[in-house]
Amino acid sequence: MSEYLVNIEHERLSFFTPAGEVKALNDVSLHVSEGEVLGIVGESGSGKSVTAYSLMGLTAHPGKLLGGTLDFNGHRINDMSEKEMQKLRGNEVAIIFQDPMTSLNPVYTIGNQIREVLKLHTDKTKSEIQARAIELLELVGINEPEKRLKQYPHELSGGMRQRVMIAIALACEPKLLIADEPTTALDVTIQAQILELMMELKDKLGMAILMITHDLGVVASMCDHIAVMYAGNIVEYGTTDDIFYAPKHEYTKGLIRSIPRMDSKEHERLVPIEGTPVDLLNPPKGCPFASRCDSCMQICLREKAPVTFFSDVHYTSCWMNQKAELEGGSKK
Amino acid sequence: MVKYILKRLGMAVVTVWLVATLTFFLMNMVPGGPFLSEKAVSPKALKALEAKYGLDKPLFEQYLTYMGDAVHGDFGDSLKQRGRTVSGIITSKFPVSARLGGMAVLVAFCIGVPLGCISALNRGKIGDNIIIVIATCGIAVPSFVICTMLMYVFGVRLGWLPTLGLSTWKHYIMPVLALAFYPTAYITRLMRSSMLDVLGQDYMRTAKAKGLNQMVSLFKHALRNAILPIVTYMGPLLAYTVTGSFIVEKIFTIPGLGSEFIGSITNRDYTVIMGTTIFLATLMVFMNVVVDIVYKLVDPRIKLK
Repeated sequence: MSEYLVNIEHERLSFFTPAGEVKALNDVSLHVSEGEVLGIVGESGSGKSVTAYSLMGLTAHPGKLLGGTLDFNGHRINDMSEKEMQKLRGNEVAIIFQDPMTSLNPVYTIGNQIREVLKLHTDKTKSEIQARAIELLELVGINEPEKRLKQYPHELSGGMRQRVMIAIALACEPKLLIADEPTTALDVTIQAQILELMMELKDKLGMAILMITHDLGVVASMCDHIAVMYAGNIVEYGTTDDIFYAPKHEYTKGLIRSIPRMDSKEHERLVPIEGTPVDLLNPPKGCPFASRCDSCMQICLREKAPVTFFSDVHYTSCWMNQKAELEGGSKK
Repeated sequence: MVKYILKRLGMAVVTVWLVATLTFFLMNMVPGGPFLSEKAVSPKALKALEAKYGLDKPLFEQYLTYMGDAVHGDFGDSLKQRGRTVSGIITSKFPVSARLGGMAVLVAFCIGVPLGCISALNRGKIGDNIIIVIATCGIAVPSFVICTMLMYVFGVRLGWLPTLGLSTWKHYIMPVLALAFYPTAYITRLMRSSMLDVLGQDYMRTAKAKGLNQMVSLFKHALRNAILPIVTYMGPLLAYTVTGSFIVEKIFTIPGLGSEFIGSITNRDYTVIMGTTIFLATLMVFMNVVVDIVYKLVDPRIKLK
């Protein structure tokens, strides 16, 4: 079908709430190659998690896929039954969640929860499963694995629990690991350890990672490509260097500006992006970022910007980049 | 664990003693006495009766005597039911109430838990609404109404079930249903809210993300967490229900312990009041210890100290 491991084309997804249709994703397209790390950044509600969840068929209740195609590892996710999805989840694609404190079931041992996924997706015998569980805990850097397997989640620290979550996710050596803000709930030193561990395991196991985060520091250090999302749209896509050194969309520029800098002077204020996120119940007609944009033009309020390509992989949807073309066009 | 149980038993003794003491003095503060009746009793006869049962002595002395005997397992004779000891009344009537109550609790658990789960899984849909309406009725409608309606429909109209006594298994159906009605409704609602809470937890999403099907994630991951509030409720419920219900026993003319509770109070049958109260208190305290231990077995986070 395609050379990509993940290929999402023109995905549209809405949540049908009592208050109305919340347009969570408006025409999202992205792709991930094997072994690639793609970062999706954006603020809360921009649709980054929704995109990833829909790929696993984990879209929460009032959510509905309205259009587009999702391909993963030769499967057309749109057409798959729940039963087929169950074979995929935890096996070919796995996920680690934001909060390790609540993502493990408190009434079962760590061992039980790791073995569970192995029992489900492999034909291993009981002793092989146990051996694999120990191996997995060693892999994610947990000492005394045999003892840990018998412990309950509440007996482990947050960082440990996230390691256990990673062990569960990697149990069946998935092709794709989705990491949904894996370090947000952890303190900074543990964050670094977990990210380092993920990169190490990526190199060892050769899986692709879809890294969802609002922390630009995380994507800078880890990702090959970055997709910047805003209000259910991918507003800019490019390599990590493109995004950090040559941002083209006004929102991306704002994000980069808002990062605290090592070389900033004392008492220098951070530069925030003014305004509030758009209401997805009534998304604006034109560019979703227009109301917060410093360079907003009249056309931004009226129409969605077309995609401008700067290279094969770097593109954005912003009228500012069409300006030259438009002005040139009007002269003709 | 053993240390914990011993500690709890020690506390239980104190609790029961407090309950007994409080009941003893409150009971004596209430106007009236066991030998006052509409037919005037001659002062001489009254004196003689009071002397026989030791009621003429100062209250504190009576209390000491009673407690002394109670510690030795002697709860005295009934003041009104001639020739019967309090222990005799309890041992003959408790099994009847316990059988009925035990069945009722079992029914309530076996119906309430699945119903609550079904309701939670179909939240907001028609099935959920129907269950919630019925459960609310079950909590709101008093048991004498339930009893009467059951009797009218199944006993009188349809003639399927006998309405009095407990001689065959058929006799058990209506009283057990009547007793089970309220707890079933309560457990259903409790289970529903607890299940809804658990279904929204992150670990349920983890279970789904692992590729588990809905049944496994429900039975393995959700049920064990969601059942905890039910466990808490089951202890006191069991203690209350097995000691009988005054209303249900009166309506179906069942010779159970429930009628003794109320009967003894209206009759000022001091020894029976004390006996039944201590019995219920002991059972209640015991059930609470059992609940704590079960809790520990279900949820490893609980530490018994």
